[in-house]
Amino acid sequence: MTGRRRIITGIVAIVLVAGAAAAFAVAWRPRIAAIAPPRPDTFDPDIVKRGRDLAAIGNCNTCHTVQGGANYAGGLPVPTPFGTIFSSNITPDAETGIGGWPEEAFVRAMRSGVGRDGRHLYPTFPYDHFTNVSEADDRALYAFLMTRQPVHALPPANQLAFPLNYRPLIAGWKLLYLRAGDVPSDAAKGAEWNRGAYLVEGLAHCGACHTPRNALGAERVNAQFAGGDVDNWHAYALNDSSYAPVRWTADALYAYLRHGWHSDHGTARGPMAEVVGNLASVPDTDVRAIAVYMADISGAPAPDRKPLADAVTQSTSADAAQANAAGAAIYAATCASCHEGNRALPYGGVNLALSTAIASPDPRNMLNIVLSGIGAVAGERSPIMPGFAASIDDAQTVALANYLRARFGKRPAWSDLDKAVRDARAVQAASLVARDAPTDSRQRGKP
Amino acid sequence: MTMVKVNGRDHQVDADPDTPLLYVLRDDLALNAAKFGCGLGQCGACTVIVDGKAVLSCVTPLLLVEGKQVTTLEGLGTVAAPAPIQRAFMEEQAAQCGYCIAGMMMRAQALLMRNPKPSDAQIRAELEPHLCRCGTHMRILRAVHRAARLMDTVDAASDRSIR
Amino acid sequence: MTAPVVLDRRSVLAGGGALIVSFSLRHAVAQEKAAQGPKLPGSLATSPNLDSWIRIDADGQITAFTGKAELGQGFKTAFQQIAAEQLDIPFDALKVITADTKLTANEGYTSGSHSMQDSGTAILHAAAQARALLVAEAAKRFDLPPDGLRTENAAVIAPDGRRLSYGELVAANMLHVQAQPTSGLKDPASFKVMGQPVPRVDIPAKVTGGAAYVQDMRLPGMVHARVVRPPSYGAQLIECDTAAIEKMPGVIGIVRDGNFVAVVAEKEFLAVKAMHALAAAAKWRESAKLPNQHDLAGMLTALPSQDFAIFERGNPAVSGATSLEATYTRPYQSHGSIGPSCAVAHFVDGAMTVWTHTQGVYPDRQAIAEMLGMPQSSVRLIHVEGSGCYGHNGADDAAADAALIARALPGRPIRVQWMREQEHGWEPYGPAMVTKLSASLDGNGKIADWNFAVWSNTHSMRPGGAGSLLAAQHMARSFAVPAPRPLPLPEGGGDRNAIPIYNFPNAHVTHHFIPAMPLRISAMRALGAYHNVFSIESFMDELADLAEADPVEFRLKHLDDQRGRAVVEKAAQEFGWKPGERAPQNRGYGFAFARYKNLAAYCAIASEVEVDRETGRARLVRAVAAVDAGQVVNPDGITNQIEGAIVQSTSWTLYESVTFDEVGITSIDWQTYPILRFDAVPDSISVHIINRPGQPFLGSGETGQGPAAASLANAIAHATSKRLRNLPLSRKRIKDAIDA
Repeated sequence: MTGRRRIITGIVAIVLVAGAAAAFAVAWRPRIAAIAPPRPDTFDPDIVKRGRDLAAIGNCNTCHTVQGGANYAGGLPVPTPFGTIFSSNITPDAETGIGGWPEEAFVRAMRSGVGRDGRHLYPTFPYDHFTNVSEADDRALYAFLMTRQPVHALPPANQLAFPLNYRPLIAGWKLLYLRAGDVPSDAAKGAEWNRGAYLVEGLAHCGACHTPRNALGAERVNAQFAGGDVDNWHAYALNDSSYAPVRWTADALYAYLRHGWHSDHGTARGPMAEVVGNLASVPDTDVRAIAVYMADISGAPAPDRKPLADAVTQSTSADAAQANAAGAAIYAATCASCHEGNRALPYGGVNLALSTAIASPDPRNMLNIVLSGIGAVAGERSPIMPGFAASIDDAQTVALANYLRARFGKRPAWSDLDKAVRDARAVQAASLVARDAPTDSRQRGKP
Repeated sequence: MTMVKVNGRDHQVDADPDTPLLYVLRDDLALNAAKFGCGLGQCGACTVIVDGKAVLSCVTPLLLVEGKQVTTLEGLGTVAAPAPIQRAFMEEQAAQCGYCIAGMMMRAQALLMRNPKPSDAQIRAELEPHLCRCGTHMRILRAVHRAARLMDTVDAASDRSIR
Repeated sequence: MTAPVVLDRRSVLAGGGALIVSFSLRHAVAQEKAAQGPKLPGSLATSPNLDSWIRIDADGQITAFTGKAELGQGFKTAFQQIAAEQLDIPFDALKVITADTKLTANEGYTSGSHSMQDSGTAILHAAAQARALLVAEAAKRFDLPPDGLRTENAAVIAPDGRRLSYGELVAANMLHVQAQPTSGLKDPASFKVMGQPVPRVDIPAKVTGGAAYVQDMRLPGMVHARVVRPPSYGAQLIECDTAAIEKMPGVIGIVRDGNFVAVVAEKEFLAVKAMHALAAAAKWRESAKLPNQHDLAGMLTALPSQDFAIFERGNPAVSGATSLEATYTRPYQSHGSIGPSCAVAHFVDGAMTVWTHTQGVYPDRQAIAEMLGMPQSSVRLIHVEGSGCYGHNGADDAAADAALIARALPGRPIRVQWMREQEHGWEPYGPAMVTKLSASLDGNGKIADWNFAVWSNTHSMRPGGAGSLLAAQHMARSFAVPAPRPLPLPEGGGDRNAIPIYNFPNAHVTHHFIPAMPLRISAMRALGAYHNVFSIESFMDELADLAEADPVEFRLKHLDDQRGRAVVEKAAQEFGWKPGERAPQNRGYGFAFARYKNLAAYCAIASEVEVDRETGRARLVRAVAAVDAGQVVNPDGITNQIEGAIVQSTSWTLYESVTFDEVGITSIDWQTYPILRFDAVPDSISVHIINRPGQPFLGSGETGQGPAAASLANAIAHATSKRLRNLPLSRKRIKDAIDA
């Protein structure tokens, strides 16, 4: 479905539920009186520390911090099919942040997506997942956030057209999609699995990116982890429809989430790089638990996958090269020295036969990487890949993409690749324009 | 034989199409400015301008630039008649060993062509792919600001060979 | 500790085992003074003829010579200023020839901030004395007393207007005379060129694509070589089938000598391709056992050491009321030149010429001649600028590579450049170090006693001897790595700046010199002074904290050296330092000071940093430096050096460490050895120079490294209330400290 059609459908659907919502008494929530911001030393340091780890698992900083801006001060524009929503300031500033929020207001926001003033919060704040977070964890998160430095910063007003700017509509959305207590639990699968389920379905809100959304912007329950979209990237399917040439195992997932790369899968980049960056400081046991649960979701590793990938690796490139000499030449001259070099991951390029980006039906991630590369993480050991946007033209990019898809993906050619290339280039160019714009606020997720 | 346009002149180059542009410039065309730093696209010392955009010539094979307009630092000006960016770097004495400088200047030139009045933050963001080991960064930033002012006053003569 | 045995230095250096030697600063100063007595100034002491430094041709052409190598510090311009000033000629009326074993004096290495002191001083006096000789000759011809004559624009002018140009005056051997110990130097107040920010002579070519570096040399018939280095230290080549590679297009030949393997091709990229093929064909047996990189302090202090008590004042057993102990560590760090090392060599009719960016053409010539088994007289080394080196990087090794390959292909100029991973993987690193400090305060908040111990390798494995060169180590008739030696005080190596400049009544300094070198190491900018100053100046802040004193006041309370006090006061004043002032949220102020080697330039730096408490990321926001480098020749040159030192030291201090596993080096490019990028560049750096007209040149290339590091560390401590003692002060370490 195109973006425009999706929006129209969405508006119609929302208007339909609006009537029901208006009648719904629950739409009204009481205001909770503001308190004087509690002094940081009134919180138990151990609980603050626990809250810090939880905040990292929840990836809170990614949405609530503008690149180069103050931590947790909000203001990040989050584009949605319905308009742009700006993330809120969650520092303990009394006026512009959550400094005046008592603990119960914070827990209510996490549980049911309602602000201290009683207004419904837009579900870009993923309370459909956070509703599953335990009250103890909510309290730890509250303790952590309330001991951050207060920043006086009011985020820009949301850019939503009527009727979407009418918040009581959200109550209708919640009626349809907010379900508490739907975290799977299974004593037979052990404590680690259950811990993983609690984190993945709750605070870590993995499905927010990796599950496709319906016309109302809600995750499709019957397509959980079937792959979603975020910031011009495709968040891969994590269930049994995964296109990863080598099936993920718990060990591989653990290593990937812990270190940001795995030799069978490559390096995290795009929005996922921010996730693994946060997970780097999380206790090992929690990362392991997430990996165990996710591996179970993605199904048992099929023994044929790895040999298949190996076969692709070993196979001669003659067929693909014959069909697409231009693409073959570009690959050989531009990509092969790193992607076929003897340098191990993450500092050498991944064997492209193992690349989900190339096996995936959506070419955007592969195009984003080719055009923008992977930038250095300032001052830290991190993989660097040069971007080729300035040196490779659209026709060359199409030829290269077709070649990679045929040779390494062993799948039918991507359809409408010309347009995908133009779109990816427009996004890349827009990131340059955004950088040139006379403002300090920059969107995350520039490809 | 591959045809490349470098600094406004057409050259037939007898090099394999997979040869990085850097080696074509240095070895076939005897141009000095673009430097080998890493060969991996990690340091920026090899940067030149292709069709108006800054490109890492060490990871750009000849076949990608066939028929495109390549500009190197030599193509901007000379000691006797320096381009604004060159004048600016001389006036700010913005070099120590200077090995990284040609690449810095080419990316700065590309930025100024795109955005004639960049802020300090924009210059820093643009130069992020570039490494300088001598620590000449403060002068490089000043020189790019100065180049922007010079281009403003020296009018469009600055980019005579770029388009 | 047992009573020190006093030995002379020579026997100390020659001897092995654990010697304990007392070598006090008093002796060091005495030696420095004695050296200035009958000795000729600067490098005239070793090359006393005036025409080693200044040449004037009959056609009026004037040339100054230096045995030092321009490395991007800009002293070629400074030397030209000095010669022009003292000869009374316009700046543009002469040129400067740098290090060349055929043309210039042997000035050893270009290192230790010595260029201005050694070569600048020699040129200063040689030019002044040459001018005096020209005036005397003119006086004879004019038949006038010399005092009435004046010099201007390369001519001697009589009061009656008669004029003789230097070209007319100079006679064949006029300048082929020994220099005198004293010269009729110009009054600094009359300087026209010295003291001015004259633009650098090398910059125009560098910003227009002129041939500026050895990398840019293109000799007629020149071909390109690449070396395949072993995968790890000590690896042995067991098999290498080169047949297929020899048939590759453009390949001229393969040079194999033991574990030394190189390929030569017509064009550069063909050489690179052939090198990759050759590397894939080579099979090696690896044997290296590298230490645990995560416990360098434990590793270093456990290695056998030769221990020297290098300084004792008062009774080190005295102890004040409150005391403090701390251990500081520094990892191995990389020079990280942006351009990998390069050289061109040409072997013709039994004579070898090598163009190289070595810092020492004469010592490197000796080493290369020894490697090749050739007389030194048949080997000529010519310095050509390379990418900045900041000490002993791969330059000498690349020169040896080129020479060894060129000998195998007589008549063809060979250009060899290293690959990025070779530069990072094979350069000799700045050594890891450990310092342990303890001190106590008396009732008045003054330091009552001070104990400082440093564990370190040597800080120079420069040639000296073919065994210092990789090619010579790898060839079949291999040369052993020479035994390391501690560099002698007063300049020192691992113990450079280990002796405190402060007036502590009781102080004891020990140098634990470690001969074993698990990693290849050598000289890196400032040598041990970087870590020792980082340690001392960090500890001074810790003690000031203990004494509840302001860090600047605390330093001044312990500092008698008037020039030292002047730079401390200047930096504090220009920074706007206010005792007890709190920085804005997330920010901190830091201060540090040192006199490089305790005998060269003075430098004090005040810093403001910003620390992101959530991520641990620290950024230098601004730095204010005050420097006294003696008589100033080019103020912009000094400013550029200090600015660069602050930025480079910030990179070392926040980010950098060489990494390795059990077998080999793993930091082999900019992914794995990240350095500072533009996001971390400060908002401002200001440098304030205290000029000392008529005083000796002190050099400025290395004086900023230590103070910049300590100033940054102190500012981070001020911002976070956490003291970090292990370099680098990485984001993760800062975050862990904040979260602890």
